[in-house]
Amino acid sequence: MTYREAQRRLVNGFMLSLTGVCALFTVSVLFFILGYLLWNGGTSLNWDFFTKLPKPVGESGGGMANAIVGSGKLIFLASLIGIPVGFLGGVYLAEFGSGSFSFVVRYTTDLLNGVPSIVMGIFAYAMIVLPQRHFSTLAGGAALGVMMIPVTIRSTEEFLKAVPDALREGAMALGASKSKAIITVVIPAAIQGILTGIMLGIARIAGETAPLLFTSFSNRYWSPGWNQPIASLPVMIFTYAVSPYEDWHRQAWSAGFVLLSLVLVINTVARVLLSKGGYGRR
Amino acid sequence: MRPSPSWLSPKKRRQLLRSSNHSMFTPATRASRHDSSAPARSFVQRLRTGDEAAFLITLVCAASIVVITVLLVVELYSASAASRHRFGWSFLFSRTWDPVAGDFGALAFIYGTLVTSALALLLAVPLGVGAAIFLAELARRRVSDYLTFLIELLAAVPSVIYGLLAIFVLVPILRTIEPGLRAVLGFLPLFQGPFYGVSLFSAGVVLAIMIVPFIISISREVLLAVPLEQREGALALGATKWESTWQVVVPFARTGIIGSIFLALARALGETMAVTMVIGNQPAINTSLFAPGYSIAAVIANEFTEATGDLYISALIQLGLVLFALTMIINAAARLLILATEKKGARR
Amino acid sequence: MRKRIGKICLGLAVLAGGLSAQVLINAAGATFPYPIYSKWFDEYHKLHSDIQINYQSIGSGGGIRQVTEGTVDFGATDGPMNDTQLQQFKAKRGCEVLHFPTVLGAAVAAYNVPGLNAELNFTPEALVGIFLGRITKWNDPELAKANPKAKLPGQTIVVVHRSEGSGTTYMWVDYLSKVSAEWKKRVGTGASVNWPVGLGGKGNEGVAGQIKQTPYSIGYIELIYAIQNKMAYGRIRNSAGEFIKPDLASVTAAAAGVKEMPDDFRVSITNSPGKTAYPISSFTWLLIPQKIPDPKRREAIKGFLRWMLSTGQGLAQALDYAPLPKLVVAKETAAIAKIQ
Repeated sequence: MTYREAQRRLVNGFMLSLTGVCALFTVSVLFFILGYLLWNGGTSLNWDFFTKLPKPVGESGGGMANAIVGSGKLIFLASLIGIPVGFLGGVYLAEFGSGSFSFVVRYTTDLLNGVPSIVMGIFAYAMIVLPQRHFSTLAGGAALGVMMIPVTIRSTEEFLKAVPDALREGAMALGASKSKAIITVVIPAAIQGILTGIMLGIARIAGETAPLLFTSFSNRYWSPGWNQPIASLPVMIFTYAVSPYEDWHRQAWSAGFVLLSLVLVINTVARVLLSKGGYGRR
Repeated sequence: MRPSPSWLSPKKRRQLLRSSNHSMFTPATRASRHDSSAPARSFVQRLRTGDEAAFLITLVCAASIVVITVLLVVELYSASAASRHRFGWSFLFSRTWDPVAGDFGALAFIYGTLVTSALALLLAVPLGVGAAIFLAELARRRVSDYLTFLIELLAAVPSVIYGLLAIFVLVPILRTIEPGLRAVLGFLPLFQGPFYGVSLFSAGVVLAIMIVPFIISISREVLLAVPLEQREGALALGATKWESTWQVVVPFARTGIIGSIFLALARALGETMAVTMVIGNQPAINTSLFAPGYSIAAVIANEFTEATGDLYISALIQLGLVLFALTMIINAAARLLILATEKKGARR
Repeated sequence: MRKRIGKICLGLAVLAGGLSAQVLINAAGATFPYPIYSKWFDEYHKLHSDIQINYQSIGSGGGIRQVTEGTVDFGATDGPMNDTQLQQFKAKRGCEVLHFPTVLGAAVAAYNVPGLNAELNFTPEALVGIFLGRITKWNDPELAKANPKAKLPGQTIVVVHRSEGSGTTYMWVDYLSKVSAEWKKRVGTGASVNWPVGLGGKGNEGVAGQIKQTPYSIGYIELIYAIQNKMAYGRIRNSAGEFIKPDLASVTAAAAGVKEMPDDFRVSITNSPGKTAYPISSFTWLLIPQKIPDPKRREAIKGFLRWMLSTGQGLAQALDYAPLPKLVVAKETAAIAKIQ
């Protein structure tokens, strides 16, 4: 073996193991985050956390029951707005669309997807909070819902397009109208991927904080209806984390653990569902 | 007669056959839409079949996205009118952020945003591309898939949780390694000056961790899409695995990888929560990375609910407009690059 | 099956939608009095379970802005609204806004110097120098002069201030402007100023949190935050030349310096004369619109004000806020009638 060969072999081994280290490091960050949150948040998770309302400043105890329900309400409202619009928009792009209008729709979808969440918050504030003259669950849900639309459209379109044309033609050959074919044949064939996209969208907005800061504000109590400010897990985490109170820090860890578990579970289920087959594997 | 597909349940088959009795035969493939030999039907008839209704409903939904986006841009533009008229383009170049005197300038925030994002890229790109190479070239397919799944989970972690960890874990860690960094790189003005913990440096590091998954997942896909012939050709010429990867495969996928970097950059620019928790919230331009700074998203998050006076609010919205424009440009560049790679791969 | 699910969903939606006979009041503003306000609103809710006052501490600037926009029912601030802001309120909402003082508090110089157990004395010059960025080390002669016995380290001082519009900032810079012409010229007074140096924290909570996390830092927070989080805070020399520790007695002494409370209750008591007065004390106000159209909310707010001026004052001492002087309470009780 010449010197040059040995050198090349050394470089080869070194660089390849370096890439392995990079990958290992990235994966270990995930485990570190999970482990740290589990350790700090999981151990201080108690029944109070899930059932009690926050206590006055400086007093220890209390929980985040209203924030958990609040996040649930916001996600529900966001899904109500984001899923139908995104889904049907995706159906349009995949089944009916053609030409320049579709191109414009796709382009603006990408644009909307790239909008920073804080700008979306400004938008919802200007469009809903100011005219209504109060902060509300509605404004927060709308901001999150609009953020869900691009993700849902893109995944719906992608999975619908992946359904082979043969299925469509088969349905039409049996005499179905176009919409009938789509509803009864194409969509069920792509439903796995579409559901995956929806779940990923939900997971994404579940953790969003910035748009909620000036739309749903926050609430120390239960928030009835859709027109009152509402507490949410991410906003509570933010508020408690920057405070000096140890008790609040503890609660922030617990809330972080709950939120992260929710997001990761949704993500895992979605991806497992995706890999189980269906058309258009990613 | 052509047998109906077996996966259609008997119920569905009956439904399809039944519906065909109500509607006239409409070949619905795109080409035959313009087929003039198809009998014309009235609007009501078309509505009955559900075709027109379906078309309209989905069209409205698709159009609503365009409407929302246009509304967003218009809203941003008009709400920042007061500030735009007052400062004009000099807004982008002014360093002052003085709510008392009513003098606002974006330079400090643009600086903070760009510096933290640049630092994040500097740290994330080698890490990300390295990991992507490992996952695409070296690891066995199943191992690679599992690891990629885990790494994509990292991308799903909410920003506020990164911020939480950054305050209580990252900043103390950085405090312990800071003397070492200073000893090695202290000759650069970037690493001089006192270290407070919260700083541009901390924000850059947490952003790096946040954008690495994006770089990895897209780069991995792009690398996997490189045709096998390229690798084999290099190996046939006697290259080592590393040489084949680094000198043949990666350059082939270069545009896609750069596209992923741009996408990650766009993400980093818009990150709010994690940055605002560790950047130090000081609207000033300091040469040292150890000094505190401010980013556009962070200042909007902190000051929006309590900006008194119309000029203050419109200045903040103008900042939002600047951020929007920035991310839009970089996203567009990213998409073009990724598109170019796909075309390149398909051509060969 | 589908119909049943649909009915359940509808039921849940109605429940979540909620028909409530509750009076829901939203308020926002100062973080300075947040501990006592959250205690008050909690106690009041226990007494009147149908009245819920949701107070968010976003800073005095936020309180002024949101009450002007009308997105909250009332606001709170420790820096009284200036004339421009009053005019803006009138223009936007069509009526006046009333200031109602609630308690008195102190902005203290809290610091985190590892290894230092002594209570530091700060001269006005020292504070001005630190916050202007002129005094950069803990063992600066200006600080050493006032603290001969303390072992001051040679580390750099990390200044922490507020990142958003704050009444605590207002009273702090109001004081600094009064004691230093240089500060007045260079930085001035306001809820949000152009700080020469320092890190920004969000709210009193954020500043306190930042000080706790950052060694060798100093910042200004309300007294109760320093006490509840076991943070060290210093004595400040007042106009009579004495180094005064901020506590109930010294804050009450500062309020005694107010000879004549103006009708709109806007007054500054920083650098107040009086031998035992703590120089950086202040009233804190609730901002209540003069016209409240909804009768339920109006009565609820008025009821709360009456309770606050009587029972509420008694709760203030436990959290180290000084209760209002009796004259002020009497004047305020009369002013409640102005709310229509």
